[in-house]
Amino acid sequence: MDDFIAARSQMALSLGFHIIFSCIGMVMPFFMAVSHYKWLKTNDEVYKNLTKAWSKGVAIFFATGAVSGTMLSFELGLLWPKFMDHAGPIFGMPFSLEGTAFFIEAIALGFFLYGWNKLNKWFHWFTGMVVGVSGLASGILVVAANAWMNSPAGFDFVNGQYLNIDPIQAMFNKAWFSQALHMCLAAFTATGFAVAGVHALMILRDRNAAFHLKAFKIAAVFACIAALLQPISGDISAKDVAKRQPAKLAAMEALYKTEKPAPLLIGGIVNEKDKTVKGAIKIPGALSFLAHGDFKAEVKGLDQIPENEHPPVAITHYAFQIMVGIGTLLLLVALTYFFILFKKKPLTENRWLLKLFVFAIPLGYLALEAGWVVTEVGRQPWIIYGIMRTKDAVTPMPGIAYSFYIFSAIYVSLSIIVTFLLYRQIKMVPVLYNKTEENNH
Amino acid sequence: MEQIVITFLCMAILLYFLLGGADFGAGIIELFTSTKNRSKTRKTMYQAIGPVWEANHMWLIIAIVILFVGFPHIYTTMSVYLHIPLAIMLIGIIARGTAFVFRHYDAVKDDMQWLYNRIFRYSSFVTALFLGIIAGSLISGHIDTQATDFYTAYISGWLNWFSIAVGFFTVALCGFLAAIYLIGETDEYHDKRRFIKKAEFMNIAAVVFGAMVFIAAQRDKIPLIDWVFKSNVGLSAIVLASLSLVLLWYLLIKGKTKVLRILAGFQVTMILLAISYAHFPNFIRLKSGDAISLLETAGPEKTIYSLGLALLLGSVLILPFLGYLFYKFQKKEE
Repeated sequence: MDDFIAARSQMALSLGFHIIFSCIGMVMPFFMAVSHYKWLKTNDEVYKNLTKAWSKGVAIFFATGAVSGTMLSFELGLLWPKFMDHAGPIFGMPFSLEGTAFFIEAIALGFFLYGWNKLNKWFHWFTGMVVGVSGLASGILVVAANAWMNSPAGFDFVNGQYLNIDPIQAMFNKAWFSQALHMCLAAFTATGFAVAGVHALMILRDRNAAFHLKAFKIAAVFACIAALLQPISGDISAKDVAKRQPAKLAAMEALYKTEKPAPLLIGGIVNEKDKTVKGAIKIPGALSFLAHGDFKAEVKGLDQIPENEHPPVAITHYAFQIMVGIGTLLLLVALTYFFILFKKKPLTENRWLLKLFVFAIPLGYLALEAGWVVTEVGRQPWIIYGIMRTKDAVTPMPGIAYSFYIFSAIYVSLSIIVTFLLYRQIKMVPVLYNKTEENNH
Repeated sequence: MEQIVITFLCMAILLYFLLGGADFGAGIIELFTSTKNRSKTRKTMYQAIGPVWEANHMWLIIAIVILFVGFPHIYTTMSVYLHIPLAIMLIGIIARGTAFVFRHYDAVKDDMQWLYNRIFRYSSFVTALFLGIIAGSLISGHIDTQATDFYTAYISGWLNWFSIAVGFFTVALCGFLAAIYLIGETDEYHDKRRFIKKAEFMNIAAVVFGAMVFIAAQRDKIPLIDWVFKSNVGLSAIVLASLSLVLLWYLLIKGKTKVLRILAGFQVTMILLAISYAHFPNFIRLKSGDAISLLETAGPEKTIYSLGLALLLGSVLILPFLGYLFYKFQKKEE
């Protein structure tokens, strides 16, 4: 395996792994806070047990997310030293703030997990909220750093030199808001659907239905609201990308030729050699509308971009299709759920809806990973868009392939163990939470 | 502002050595505990470090972020020439962090515990060892940025007697810190005795490996003796560390736990000070005889300024909250 490809694969794998854990760590605290609040208000023991059960999941995910995040902060240098040499001082601001947010999250988690019966109950609840808020802040800050790679700002690039560095301007680059909004909503959608789906499965199997029904409702409401809002954020992102990174947009839609008006392609097989797309459904003018808000606008194709600045088209296009496809599907599920809620029909009578949620367990994360692929692969061949190429940033150390194999093995085993632990946590719900007496750690 | 950022960097590194080190030490202690006492050790350890262990590891993140934002040249030089030990340390961090949480949060306590325990113990050892090796390599002067062959560039920079000796010295110090910390976390007389024994054992190990560090330094032609004994600060630090050692043994026999902790922390701080003061602000010593200095390679003014502000703001938010966490969970459960 080529060292450059190995470095890119290792980075992709590490981020792809970390992103799931950090999203769960970002979102679950809010579910817990709702359930915790209900316990404090209603004194309904089920909510207390639910909060505790969820908090165990969060502890597992947070720890895994924390170590994989630590790994990433080193990997940036281990794999891309030439990038970090220049980029560190420019886009470091969100990272230094993120360090603070992450630290606060870790402290608050310590309070929350070990604070049962030891802290004032509202202070305890508050620490849980702090976990969520600081987790969300960390996520936004890290995405702002990534957005800088897509939309470099806060310096002047003169003769290969990075001058007049302004870290604040770099942090508030043009892409930070649209990317952060899209990521946060994706985190809520993906985690919400996954959690709701797992509890839906337990309701269907009629295990501790009261417990799982309460859990399902909290997660489903978050998930469905986020899924409804996501298309709006997607629209903001699309228009933003069209303006800033026409090559990425063209790759997302496999638009090899500049067209006016440009059609939206749904699906299709991309042939990168012949620069053609076969078998796609074409919606005339729709891409023009998505990119520029006008059905007749011209959309820049890859023909207007030098060949050596083309991102890999097939991967970006497929990933984009997966993301949008799943997003639409989840939107429909969300609408159905709200319809049923509005009609005040009991969920247990709508087993098909619960089955739909079970089906959706992995979908949100698939869409999330696909979206990540779109933004990262679509940025290639640049590591700093328009400034530095990814291949010029890679470490001079040979043999990165071995490092990739080792870390792949580690991430695969960790994924297996975490899934196994989660399975056991859920399986043990009747044993752990059916007792009337207190059961602590 | 530069001084503030450098102070934060030194603080973060020191706190990681003390708090993260004590955490690695807990795993190392478990490794050297007889099978029949292991589950007890584990329980005490969990009560002691459970609430604070995530926070303890944040200091590493803070240190690394300060480095890559403020001193990118130091960060990238480390990343390139110490790639292998850094990667091994990271594997250790991943393995021990997850194993620690998994063994506690596995809803079914069965044979899997055996696996988690093994991973936790060995990876604690490996992480501390490589943390020490990396620290040793930074000052060993073996890193060769002009190397043309793989071995000189990526292996000999860290695989040398001095770095390895520092690695084992670090392992002993971590074990020592953990043992001292754990003494105060148990009420039972036998457990207390056991941890005191461990602390004594680790302390002797630290002295032995400390001597090895000096021997290795002689062998690898590193002017460690000059650094420590020819500067007033280095000399006073080492004298204070030695004096506190005597006091520490006395208190150890008496079983005064609170003072012990402070003293052990003080001792390790003095050792770090003695080793690092002489070549401060140089951070990496190179084979060519040059050094990469914190002051000379600091990032642009605006970056350092905003980094400093972020750190000050962060510490206003973090420190009181963290202090309260330590205070609240220091008292044991009834």
